[in-house]
Amino acid sequence: MGYPHPSHPKETVLLSKHFGDPEARGYAGWVKRGGYEGLRKALGMTREAIVEEVKASGLRGRGGAGFPTGLKWSFMPKEVVKPHYLVCNADESEPGTFKDREIMRWTPHALIEGCAIAAYAIGAQRCYIYIRGEFTEPWAVMSAAVEEALVNGALGDDVFGSGTRIEMVLHRGAGAYICGEETAMMNSIEGKRGNPRIKPPFPAVAGLFGMPTTINNVETLAAVPHVLTRGAAWYKSLCLGNPKSTGTKLVSVCGHIQRPGNYEVTMGTPIRDILYDMCGGPPPGRTFKAVIPGGSSVPIMTIAEAESALFDYEGVVEKGSMLGSAGMIVMDDSTDMVYQIWRLARFYAHESCAQCTQCREGTAWTTKVLERILAGKGKQEDYQLLLDLSENMTGKTICVLSDSCAAPVVSGIQKFRPEFEAYIAGSREPALAAV
Amino acid sequence: MTQDLVTVTIDGISIAVAKGTPIIEAAKQAGILVPHYCYHPSLPSPAVCRMCLVEVEKAPKLMPACVTAVAEGQVVHVNSDTAKKAREGVLEFLLINHPLDCPICDQAGECELQDYVFQEGRAGTRYREYAKRYSPVEDFGPDILYVPNRCILCTRCVRFMEDVADTPVLNVSERGDRAFIGISQDQRLDHPWAGNVVDLCPVGSLLSKDFLHKARAWDLDKSASVCPGCTQGCNVSLDTRDDVVVRIRPRPNLEVNRHFICDHGRMNYRWLNRGDRIEAPLVRNGGRHAATDWDTALARLEQLTRGASGKAVILASGRASTESLGLVRRMLDRFDVTAAVYVPLGEEAPLANVPNLALRRERAPNLHGAELLGYTPEWDLAVREAPGAALVVVLDVDLSEADEAALAGARGALVVLGTVFGEGLRNAELVLPVTNMAEENGTYVNRDRRIQRYHQAKSQPGMARPAWWVAGEVLAGSGPSPSAPSTAAEAFALLGERWPVFAGLTYTDLGFTGRILGEAPVGALAPSSGQGAR
Repeated sequence: MGYPHPSHPKETVLLSKHFGDPEARGYAGWVKRGGYEGLRKALGMTREAIVEEVKASGLRGRGGAGFPTGLKWSFMPKEVVKPHYLVCNADESEPGTFKDREIMRWTPHALIEGCAIAAYAIGAQRCYIYIRGEFTEPWAVMSAAVEEALVNGALGDDVFGSGTRIEMVLHRGAGAYICGEETAMMNSIEGKRGNPRIKPPFPAVAGLFGMPTTINNVETLAAVPHVLTRGAAWYKSLCLGNPKSTGTKLVSVCGHIQRPGNYEVTMGTPIRDILYDMCGGPPPGRTFKAVIPGGSSVPIMTIAEAESALFDYEGVVEKGSMLGSAGMIVMDDSTDMVYQIWRLARFYAHESCAQCTQCREGTAWTTKVLERILAGKGKQEDYQLLLDLSENMTGKTICVLSDSCAAPVVSGIQKFRPEFEAYIAGSREPALAAV
Repeated sequence: MTQDLVTVTIDGISIAVAKGTPIIEAAKQAGILVPHYCYHPSLPSPAVCRMCLVEVEKAPKLMPACVTAVAEGQVVHVNSDTAKKAREGVLEFLLINHPLDCPICDQAGECELQDYVFQEGRAGTRYREYAKRYSPVEDFGPDILYVPNRCILCTRCVRFMEDVADTPVLNVSERGDRAFIGISQDQRLDHPWAGNVVDLCPVGSLLSKDFLHKARAWDLDKSASVCPGCTQGCNVSLDTRDDVVVRIRPRPNLEVNRHFICDHGRMNYRWLNRGDRIEAPLVRNGGRHAATDWDTALARLEQLTRGASGKAVILASGRASTESLGLVRRMLDRFDVTAAVYVPLGEEAPLANVPNLALRRERAPNLHGAELLGYTPEWDLAVREAPGAALVVVLDVDLSEADEAALAGARGALVVLGTVFGEGLRNAELVLPVTNMAEENGTYVNRDRRIQRYHQAKSQPGMARPAWWVAGEVLAGSGPSPSAPSTAAEAFALLGERWPVFAGLTYTDLGFTGRILGEAPVGALAPSSGQGAR
């Protein structure tokens, strides 16, 4: 539901059904609402059967990349020779995204149950939940819930008397954006500096502490119990667009919009419905200008592109962007696009881990060029310079942070060039002091 | 073997290499250098500098050659437009904050940033409007300065201390373009092998205080040598400027020292430049020594060695060459000889994660060569025999006062083949000027019986000659003799006649990385493959 707003008829409320309901936070309340049915069912199945079921459901990673979840699980070694680990990515550091936070605040047991099922399915006895450092309330709620789950036998040495051992460790991050990248997260859990690792080796071969590891997003794992209790076929049927995108997706909508919040929609819902019906459209007297559909890392869409797109993995790609984490940043006609792109670039320059040359130097340089343009000292050559820098920053580094910095710059120049032109030509008041 | 080889094509050159080889090493074997910074063959590869990106056909994007393994049928383009453009991009990024203070930088002339920018960088900068990042120079350790402005964050130093020395005192601090190499609080870079970070640094960011502003790289002459510091026998380069040794650097030998040397060895070169050298043969005439020519001196030596018999004692330095130790020993074959080699002792200092590499307790590079030639490390025993011997030969060894006192009362003749002359040897019959190891060609045998050549790095002072030449002349008899060795290689060949372990070996067989004695018949071996990557 569009918490904190009441549910909209066009939503499909599955994960967000109990947002705002304090009773659902407790173990008893959660069981009353059908909780832990999925885990009990899973424990009666073979590991392979669970993986097959999740594969059949079409569930894909909700953290940003959209990789098929069942397929990811199937990469884990069949025989458990070394310890296997499950890592739940609860770092949610992508600007514009705030869905995992609500899952953990209101339905912590949904996540614990999903983690337990996934851990069992991949042969892991230990699951790490890496929680963003700033998430103090979700941290407290999760800590209490893990304690309760342990007392009630949903975790521990003998989960629900099945003989299966599942241990859950909550790990608190320290606020680095890059630690949301899965290999940096593994380093961070190991107590090292949160630098992304080169792949290969992939986590399923050598991940956390060098052991086979699967990393899933909070929302992905929270959806898993529903796949098991109601079946893959049912989950797969939740689809309004491309059959490769199934189930429901939480959308965090923020920015210049009447009712910002978390909404849950069936894959393939038109973005138009989200913007106008669920969220109530732009503020009075305003019109929409641009939408960043999937968190700050994806290319910016013009409102025309966004309004014509279906909200699923393929639908957004078709219109030149990516679904990402579905953190939807909406901008109206009062927005200075150059300023916004500079603000994004500055974020990436601040958060670059400094390993790869292109990212370390490129994000900072890009920021400086944009700063200069905003200060009214832009030049015609700056377009080419920015595009060149972006090209050198795309597809050449260990992780995609530098690509993420380049994406809004390139799409911004392509789609909002007149706004750059205004600064460079001096027809617009400088927005920043001279550098 | 053949099933473990894969065939790859790199810039049109087809080459078979071992499975699992990274593309960067395969390219080296094909004679193609893939420009790189963070990669080093003796360190783990983090693939962070992104300089070695190459085009691999069928790969969706450029691949880092340092961590991408070769695959059968792979076609790699190092110098395609796409790969070159990517490298140009990296160089441009690396230069925006680099101070370009090459005129005052010690690394200039041997700087990989200079080299690659010259080779394929942009001619001008597009980073004009902004100040460059600035941080002051930091004092990291007894011999190491860190110049953050020049740093390209390749992290070789961090990885050396962490993964090789197992003493992780360096780190990358801060993030983004504010990042720099940090040193842990209250720590110093004073590890006995710390100096290697200066060599590993591809730019002038980590500097040796000892070498600071001493010489420009292009003014240096480099000679392949062996460290005279201990029995490990690390391969080194003696770098001289105007005939003065100004630094010692490691020379790669994967079997002995990989790419490293210890700080003891690195700093142990000033004695090679001593100014107070014996420059002419000295013959004692009554109470005083008079300078003479070699003919006179050799005639006197011949007289002393031929005209006597009985007990002879040799007191030799453990830094003397195999050739000198061997021929001096042969020169006295008529005597009943006790030969001893002097071995100073010190603390052992291993390099944690390189097997069989340490600064050894025995600080004598040729202890094992001397032992093969019949010298004993039982020094005191030999010194006790000296006063009663008919002839005592001192071969370039620093004697203690007690040793000198023992020799002062010697019954027989005392002959000194030395580099410097101590007051305590005033009663020497004959004092002959010899070269030190930097002034001659020679060999040392290390603790693994690896015999390795070292090459002359500077000229000898005055009339000094290698000790093997002196002994060789005496052995050949008076007057010009074609049988006297005139080169170290000829002197070496003479050793085999007396000591079978050297039989049949020639300098050519030893190459630049040496050979283990007695391991396989000579000639049956291919040239040593121990040579490092560069």
